[in-house]
Amino acid sequence: MSQPSSNILADVINKYEAELTNDWKRTLTQVSVGTGLESELAQLCTQFLPLFSRAVQRAAQENINSTEWDEARNLLAEFSRLRARQGFTPTQTAMFIFSLKQPLFSLFRREFATQPAELADATWLSNTLLDQLGLFTVEVFQQSRDQIISRQQQELLELSTPVVKLWQNILALPLIGTLDSSRTQVVMESLLQKIIETGAAIAIIDITGVPTVDTLVAQHLLKTVAAARLMGADCIISGIRPQIAQTIVHLGVDLEDVITKATLADAFVVALQRTGATLSPTLKA
Amino acid sequence: MTSDVQIPSAMPLYTDDDVVRVRAQVRQFAVEIGLSLVDQTKVVTAASELARNTLRHAGGGEARLQILQRENMRGLHLAFSDRGPGIADIGLAMTDGYTSGGGLGLGLGGAKRLVDEFELTTEVGKGTTVVIIKWKRF
Amino acid sequence: MEKIPILRIGKVLLVTIQVDMHDRLALALQEDLSERIVRDEANGVIIDISALDIVDSFIGRVLSNTAAVARILDAETIVVGMQPAVAITLVELGLNLTGVKTALNVELGMAMLSRRLRS
Repeated sequence: MSQPSSNILADVINKYEAELTNDWKRTLTQVSVGTGLESELAQLCTQFLPLFSRAVQRAAQENINSTEWDEARNLLAEFSRLRARQGFTPTQTAMFIFSLKQPLFSLFRREFATQPAELADATWLSNTLLDQLGLFTVEVFQQSRDQIISRQQQELLELSTPVVKLWQNILALPLIGTLDSSRTQVVMESLLQKIIETGAAIAIIDITGVPTVDTLVAQHLLKTVAAARLMGADCIISGIRPQIAQTIVHLGVDLEDVITKATLADAFVVALQRTGATLSPTLKA
Repeated sequence: MTSDVQIPSAMPLYTDDDVVRVRAQVRQFAVEIGLSLVDQTKVVTAASELARNTLRHAGGGEARLQILQRENMRGLHLAFSDRGPGIADIGLAMTDGYTSGGGLGLGLGGAKRLVDEFELTTEVGKGTTVVIIKWKRF
Repeated sequence: MEKIPILRIGKVLLVTIQVDMHDRLALALQEDLSERIVRDEANGVIIDISALDIVDSFIGRVLSNTAAVARILDAETIVVGMQPAVAITLVELGLNLTGVKTALNVELGMAMLSRRLRS
């Protein structure tokens, strides 16, 4: 893009800044940007326009990633992050920028009524730039959403069930709640780690508190049992509810080689026998 | 969107010791991009399988290692290529238990299960290239 | 050529693998072990792999074969100390080391062997 057309664009914006700001604010109330503090958006319009025109004037290319655009981008990034946190949609965020097109283009039509070449140039340039800026807001919005999600995932994983020592050489992992693939993986890894640390030869995985088991989770359970065996420890799965047993069979998952017990208590008895301990009833006087 | 952080360094694969060196380098990169211990182990094992394939089936070749950087993701991109005989039946070669080199036949299929992305290009008489990518989870 | 040392404790041979093994070294170990089982009249072998940070299909096969050969020579093999990450990876790879006995550490492996010998 040649220098002159960006100058023309900047000049028009500077000349009609007040009018354009007002038109933009009015457009914003008509398009879908979500309900929020109107004064906040209005203030942002007032802040953004001078940054926009200055960047247009200084930057040599139609690329908003150059340093001349830093200020404008920073302002928009802050706005997008705020919107992500406040629960707006990406469209409602990007519309802030896109809604500048209509007042800007009507201004051009009036200003360049007799200069079709300038009209086309100014329209094209501002269209290109505003599209980039709009996409930029969406990108920042998405990034901060991703950050929020990954932080929540992390927090969720940290809530994961602890591995407890039931007896000398016997560990238990009472699983509670819905198991998804990544949680299962984390839980299983920590079980195997605990086996190594404690030297426990038997681990009981109790799934009484797990409402459903899908193929992936069932396979993770099996893989854990297989991995523990490679390390030299045995696993017992307890608390398999009837529906889950049916699901497992239905899914074609083979639990043939795995010791399963109805309850944690049953599994504990087996584990005690395996470790050489014996249980005997004591008679009360 | 993908841009390379490191110039891919080509490592020769002609001896058993080369395989060990490739494994060590893959481990170093895996640590560098912050893979968990389990994921490090998986990608190093996959690299070991593929490096050995290159050595046994094609008599040698090279490994190219690079770190990938996306917006909020980092990954390890490994390419193993040779100018060996190529693979006539890819489906068969990927099957667990199939072997042409006297191993257990878990090399290709097994390596694929250990990584996030797997791509095999081969031409009979020209050679084979296997590319794998392991991404760091969030 | 470098070799992996084999220690003898009574009737048991103990091998601790501490290097990143290349394939020839693994094969040499397999051979050495079978010779030593006969020479030392050993009836148990413990292979400690706690220092190994990967076991791929080749090493896995060497372990299986070693155990199978030892069994024919009337010695029981126990692989001890496999790291969790290694175990998870092996399972994912599709290798279950069928026929190979395992224990968490050398001590438990020893106990397992002596129980077996008594019975």
